[in-house]
Amino acid sequence: MNIIVVGLSHKTAPVEIREKIAFAPTAMERPLRQMVALPAISEGVIVSTCNRVELYATSRDIEAGVAQLKRFLSEYHSIPLDTLESHLYDHQGEEAIRHIFRVASSLESMVIGEPQILGQIKTAYGYAAEFKTAGLILNRFLHKAFSVAKRVRTETDIASNAVSVSFAAVELARKIFGSLEDKTVLLIGAGEMCELAARHFINNGVSSVLVTNRTLERAVKLAEEFNGRALPFDDFAHHLQQVDIILTSTGAPNFILSQKQVEEVIRIRRNKPMLLIDIAVPRDIDPRVNDIANVYLYDVDDLQGVVQANLKERHKEAKKAEGIIEQEIGQFYRWLGSLDIVPTIVSLRNKLEEIRRGELEKTFANFKDLGEREKKAIEALTSAIINKVLHQPTTVLKQAQNDGRRDGYVDAVRVLFDIHPTPPAGDIKDLDAHDDQE
Amino acid sequence: MTVNILLFKITLLLYFTATVLYLIDVIARHGKTGKAGRWVLIGGFVVHCATLVARYLEAGATPVANLHEALSFFAWAVVAIYLLFDLRYRLSVLGAFICPLALVLMIAGSAVPKEVQEASPMLDSWWFPVHVTLAFLGNAVFALAFVAGIMYLLQERMLKSKSFSALYFRLPSLEVLDSINYKCLSFGFPLMTMGIISGAIWANSAWGGYWRWDPKETWALLTWFLYAALLHGRLTVGWRGRRAAVFAIIGFLFLLFGFLGINLLLSNEHSFRALSGR
Repeated sequence: MNIIVVGLSHKTAPVEIREKIAFAPTAMERPLRQMVALPAISEGVIVSTCNRVELYATSRDIEAGVAQLKRFLSEYHSIPLDTLESHLYDHQGEEAIRHIFRVASSLESMVIGEPQILGQIKTAYGYAAEFKTAGLILNRFLHKAFSVAKRVRTETDIASNAVSVSFAAVELARKIFGSLEDKTVLLIGAGEMCELAARHFINNGVSSVLVTNRTLERAVKLAEEFNGRALPFDDFAHHLQQVDIILTSTGAPNFILSQKQVEEVIRIRRNKPMLLIDIAVPRDIDPRVNDIANVYLYDVDDLQGVVQANLKERHKEAKKAEGIIEQEIGQFYRWLGSLDIVPTIVSLRNKLEEIRRGELEKTFANFKDLGEREKKAIEALTSAIINKVLHQPTTVLKQAQNDGRRDGYVDAVRVLFDIHPTPPAGDIKDLDAHDDQE
Repeated sequence: MTVNILLFKITLLLYFTATVLYLIDVIARHGKTGKAGRWVLIGGFVVHCATLVARYLEAGATPVANLHEALSFFAWAVVAIYLLFDLRYRLSVLGAFICPLALVLMIAGSAVPKEVQEASPMLDSWWFPVHVTLAFLGNAVFALAFVAGIMYLLQERMLKSKSFSALYFRLPSLEVLDSINYKCLSFGFPLMTMGIISGAIWANSAWGGYWRWDPKETWALLTWFLYAALLHGRLTVGWRGRRAAVFAIIGFLFLLFGFLGINLLLSNEHSFRALSGR
């Protein structure tokens, strides 16, 4: 049995295509049922987000499976396959496993390490489980993908540095102040980004918020929202010595904070550090303020720079994540192989045993004068022959489980002995006991 | 090779391993190696303790009589203080800075003559071990402040210039580094003061005079004033951050010079005979 993936993503398709191919989350039953009704497909899951649409399936016949899935996408959304084809990618076997592990771990996301994708795949799996289109293999496979994603998240720092400007400000503050708990934030002017950053600061422990604005009403309203205090605009400079973090985004044409002012404030604060975030364009704070000891001034471009550095760091962490994924692929691939191998061995043994029983009955019927002792000896003899004959093929099949010859051997045995095993869940317990430890 | 030298070499090897592990942790951000580094360092420290005991038994005196012993004892004090500190702060990135320092002291210690000196009657007084222990523990605490100061300057530079290297993501906050500076100062300064006082008492019992203004004593006093100025500045004028970090670095360089430089340049009761070949 093989896992295959057919789909498209922000890397291969523009939004005009992606929006046409997306599946509505409210009506997943019909496409899922249609998908597993395809002759070459046995199990199916559909992942549909704004950046990617992917079909996960299991199939015995890879080529037919991929072709049927592509046709299904084109017919379901009434888009000619010619248009669609160039945007679609497909993976099978080990490649498919790698791809899905990477997607779930957010290595394929537009912003590496973003946390939403895992939830989206979980939802997609939820539909498939609800409509029973995910069977033994996809059930197990997706649970594996979730645990791989979790491992990547906990063992690497792929998601630990801010990739939004507003949150980057909070992280900078942490780098300077350590804990934000007893810190005071002053909001000057009202801009969307400033408000967002203020909200992040409050969520991260800042206890006291001051708000000032040219229109006092506005300041009062915002202050209420943040559970803070409003200051008249002409007055805010007198409160600076108690402020640790300033967020400013006024429409003022000139600097509203000069180097001299800040120098004076730092002196009164006895050198307690200050973080000044100036999101306004034109800027609100004289850039020379950054030269004052214990003052850290960041404008919009600086924050962008922080975000870029963080993204670079995430890409480095992604390399570590790839190592983890490679480990897990090997493990899962072996399990998948055992699904074919163990039932094949069992069926082969059953088949020979059946022949032996039949022949014994015939023989015993013909020779009625055989005593119990002779009968026992003949039983033992025939069993021994079967065991000896089976020994070598069984060993080879078990060894082949770990390498590429697996499918060839399994197919050969099936054809040569005319057996049709169905993968039972019970026989494989011993092979996967080790990978559910969390 | 005597037992203490063998133990010394094992200690050196373990410190080297710990340094490598800590550095891998910081450079490749591989947390597990940092944890392994701590255990190796603890192991090295235990062997180091055994080294000192073996040396003491062999020499029959507190093993700080020549440069080899002094360097080894200094490294021991640095690791001891760091491990104590680590109990509270768990900053493996600090280990990546302190381990190389201990390692350098140990390598220097293995490069100088290691023979046990004939015990001088001067070292017989009980004040001698008290003096060296206090002085070296004080030095070790200031070594920690030195390392924290370097980390502070690196971090501050990156925050000011807005260009971030991989190290930025590993360093603790400026606030934590500055508080390490303050803590070290408030423990190190009393230790240093007591070290100087006990040294004076020992001097009096050894050659009948509390203070003789020899170069080492003069230098120690100078260093003491430097740290006194920093402590005063912190407590009254609100010196902190960059300035405190710079002071901690300069202070430690003064200490190092007092420890090594004076010995190499001049010779007197404080210097070690082994080095000058007498």
